[in-house]
Amino acid sequence: MADYKEFLDSIDRKAYHEGEIEWTEGEYTVTRTTHWSPPGCHNGCGVLLYTKDGKLEKVEGDPLNSVASGKLCMRCLAMPEAVNHPDRLKYPLRRVGERGENTWERISWDEAYDEITEKVLNIKKEFGSESIVVVHGTGRNIGWQVPYFASACMETPNVSTFGFNGFACYLPRMIGTTAKFGDMCLVDASQAHEDRYANEDWERPEVVVIWGNEPIKSNADAFLGHWLVLCHQMGTKIVSVDPRLTWWGVRADYWLPIRPGTDAVLAMAMLNVITTEDLIDHDFVELWCYGYEALVERVADKTPEWAAEVCGVNSEDIRGAARLIANAKNCAIQWGLAFEQQIAALGVTEAVADIMAITGNIDNPGGNMLARCAFLIEKRYGLGDHLIDPEVYARKLIPSVSGINESQIVSCADSDSILYAMETGEPYSVQMFWIQSSNALSCPGMDAPRVYQAMRKIPFVVVVDPFMTPTAVACADIVLPAAMSCERNSVRTWWTPVRSMKKVSEYYEARSDEQIVLDLGKRIKPENWPWETDEDFCTWYLTDQCAPNGTLYDKDFKTLVEQGGTEYWDWDATYRKYEKGMLRPDGSVGFNTPTGRVELWSYGFDSWGVDPLPFHIEPPESPVSTPKTYESFPLILSGGGRSFEFFHSEHRQLPSMREFHPDPLIMVHPDDAKTYNVSNDTWVWVENSRGARFKQKVLVTEQTKPGVVHAEHGWWFPEQEGAEPNLFGTFTSNLNNMTEAYRTGQGGIGSAIKSMLCKIYPVHEGDILPGDVVATKGTFHEYAPGQPYPLIEE
Amino acid sequence: MKGILINYEYCTGCHSCEVACKKQLGLAKGEFGIKLTETGPFKYETGDEAGKWEWFFLPVLTKACDMCEDRVTKGKMPMCVQHCQAWCMYHGEVEDLVKKMDGNTRFALLTR
Ligand code: SF4
Ligand code: SF4
Ligand code: SF4
Repeated sequence: MADYKEFLDSIDRKAYHEGEIEWTEGEYTVTRTTHWSPPGCHNGCGVLLYTKDGKLEKVEGDPLNSVASGKLCMRCLAMPEAVNHPDRLKYPLRRVGERGENTWERISWDEAYDEITEKVLNIKKEFGSESIVVVHGTGRNIGWQVPYFASACMETPNVSTFGFNGFACYLPRMIGTTAKFGDMCLVDASQAHEDRYANEDWERPEVVVIWGNEPIKSNADAFLGHWLVLCHQMGTKIVSVDPRLTWWGVRADYWLPIRPGTDAVLAMAMLNVITTEDLIDHDFVELWCYGYEALVERVADKTPEWAAEVCGVNSEDIRGAARLIANAKNCAIQWGLAFEQQIAALGVTEAVADIMAITGNIDNPGGNMLARCAFLIEKRYGLGDHLIDPEVYARKLIPSVSGINESQIVSCADSDSILYAMETGEPYSVQMFWIQSSNALSCPGMDAPRVYQAMRKIPFVVVVDPFMTPTAVACADIVLPAAMSCERNSVRTWWTPVRSMKKVSEYYEARSDEQIVLDLGKRIKPENWPWETDEDFCTWYLTDQCAPNGTLYDKDFKTLVEQGGTEYWDWDATYRKYEKGMLRPDGSVGFNTPTGRVELWSYGFDSWGVDPLPFHIEPPESPVSTPKTYESFPLILSGGGRSFEFFHSEHRQLPSMREFHPDPLIMVHPDDAKTYNVSNDTWVWVENSRGARFKQKVLVTEQTKPGVVHAEHGWWFPEQEGAEPNLFGTFTSNLNNMTEAYRTGQGGIGSAIKSMLCKIYPVHEGDILPGDVVATKGTFHEYAPGQPYPLIEE
Repeated sequence: MKGILINYEYCTGCHSCEVACKKQLGLAKGEFGIKLTETGPFKYETGDEAGKWEWFFLPVLTKACDMCEDRVTKGKMPMCVQHCQAWCMYHGEVEDLVKKMDGNTRFALLTR
């Protein structure tokens, strides 16, 4: 077994470093900093950047940085391939041909800024600033810069990770736990302690439930999955809930291969077992929970036998897993994206949060820690939105009926409402898209052909990205070259520690995200942009953020860089904060909820008009809800599982990544491969009842259960023709040809994209490509602007 | 003699060792200093393990591996060992490494 202390003691600090941040090693200058993005990632591991003559030549992990202990994934190890890639955008570009022709002229930054400034000022005057939509990607270290830019430069409330509906990425779990616990929670793998696994307060979880994600590949939401591998080495037992057999499932005491989209059913059955067998943590429930009786009543008839019928998991396994979880000294639940990529998103979030609560696994060592961003530096998303005229803010694009949006807990605009405005011009037309580090067409856009039709009608589109993407070719008028992580002075918190990135190199005229928003902010709305440099801007973010009394951090950017780029926060490292009066603004004990308790019956949910107790909704298309369709489309299509090589639609240009993972892969169980006459390396069409299809290469494997196929997301082919109709092949293998807009769960939250129905059949030479269908017909199926597709069995 | 010990029970197949080594040795596409092997996934239908799953990865060394001699003389870990995300690789004298084998989990000792 790996021993963390022994590991630390064994490191020859003279050979690595003794706290310096920059030194010379042979012909290289070595800089110790952290990596965030681009290329993208959700983390920010400690890296040693080796540069020669101002060029990044190699990257190593910093074994003395506590976040990843120097253990980098293949993507960071290959970072120079991205940074020095010949396809990178070197200069600002202006479109010269038609949209889609991929013909550009080089312009200067001043020309680009002048043109953008003139257009923005005109749009604001003529149409109102709300007609500008600001779009950014996930995790790309633009989560504070771009929202501030939207508020303080564009003066629009419409900032969004546009393209996927139902806020189907993490937000449902965030607002769900905020409502029920008063705070967000995450698995305690010792990451809040700088001395990590050696920390005396920390205990390894006795059981970890890996539910609806593969954390070693996704590393989502600033959580490194391999932390749990070390816990497992120390003895942590595993429960895996996943239709896929993952690394965890093979090593699990219980692998529960669930039918996609029925997680709430399984969770409610677990609650049934825990409550009826009286396996709850009595002290915690009595002292700190509200609504236990209502929960007991809700799950009273949700027996494992009932659940087994619906979710396809053996009832005795459900019992066994529930007992293992409840009887453990401490249990952490690593929940994932599958939670909201189903229509019952908030229902399953409630149910699993309740499992954590009634088993007493909240804010305990090795349980589910309540977490805030270090030193309260990320005060909130939507930074600077008080600078928007209230009348303009009131026109934010949100669903007309949703208590969730009205409650202001969600500060971003709603993707379906933006698409609706684009398709119908109601309640107003969208005049401009500012897209910073998002490849909306290839990755989040649901459905991709429809989003494409809507986006190319927008009068003025600016894209900021390190590479020319399908999105930029399809609709950009101006493309600005973004700097990579090692070319940025930047800061970031996502939980703890706070981290800084130090600029060590430059690439032609590429500029950092900070520099770009600062430059334009100063031109368009100078009073909101008082900073001289990117470093000043970062210091303001660390310490001030327009909040009364600022954040709890008082060091500037330079100081953070010079101390090695990380600083941990005691608050996150403290257990049972609810007993210590650390959670509520008034300093009293308890949780930061209306009742001061964990709300098993949730006032927050109730006020949003959402069921305040766990619930299930059958996926809109499934063997149960559309049995006739199921006859002709007999496979459940799940998708979006990650691979080590890629972060969403990124890294497709990197030779090493494509060496390991050249093609998009669809997992097919051996039984299904036989039935549908496909074998390894066969390219198949995956098609739904609307005739929408995409193709991927078959991987015959027991990693998926019979009847369920799993396809990859985010694929485009930078090596192919960029001009239309091919658009770097963005529609060819795109799972989002089959997803749909305007169909969400309770409260407008959750989207059933991991549980669709499909058939598969071999690709033949000469078959019409999806890109050609899009070019000639627009989309696969007719639609009325602003309306969902009709359900096939409606 | 120096060797690399793999506690492959825990190897996740993350490819970090492979890429770290390719960068260290400057190897071309298709060439490796250390290369993953994969067994499974399959479910046993016979024997003591019936009903259980098997799926594991084990990296093996190629002729190109030089045990990261230049790094090791400077006091650093071999590139592959330093970056092993699953904490399942150890480098050292083989007689010390064998002592880590615990009899409970599967290990393989690799030498040049
Ligand atoms: S998780 Fe991987 S890609 Fe992200 S910063 Fe860490 S090593 Fe790099
Ligand atoms: S010891 Fe060095 S050369 Fe050998 S496999 Fe590891 S990284 Fe490659
Ligand atoms: S780096 Fe470690 S965990 Fe990853 S593949 Fe290599 S041996 Fe396995």
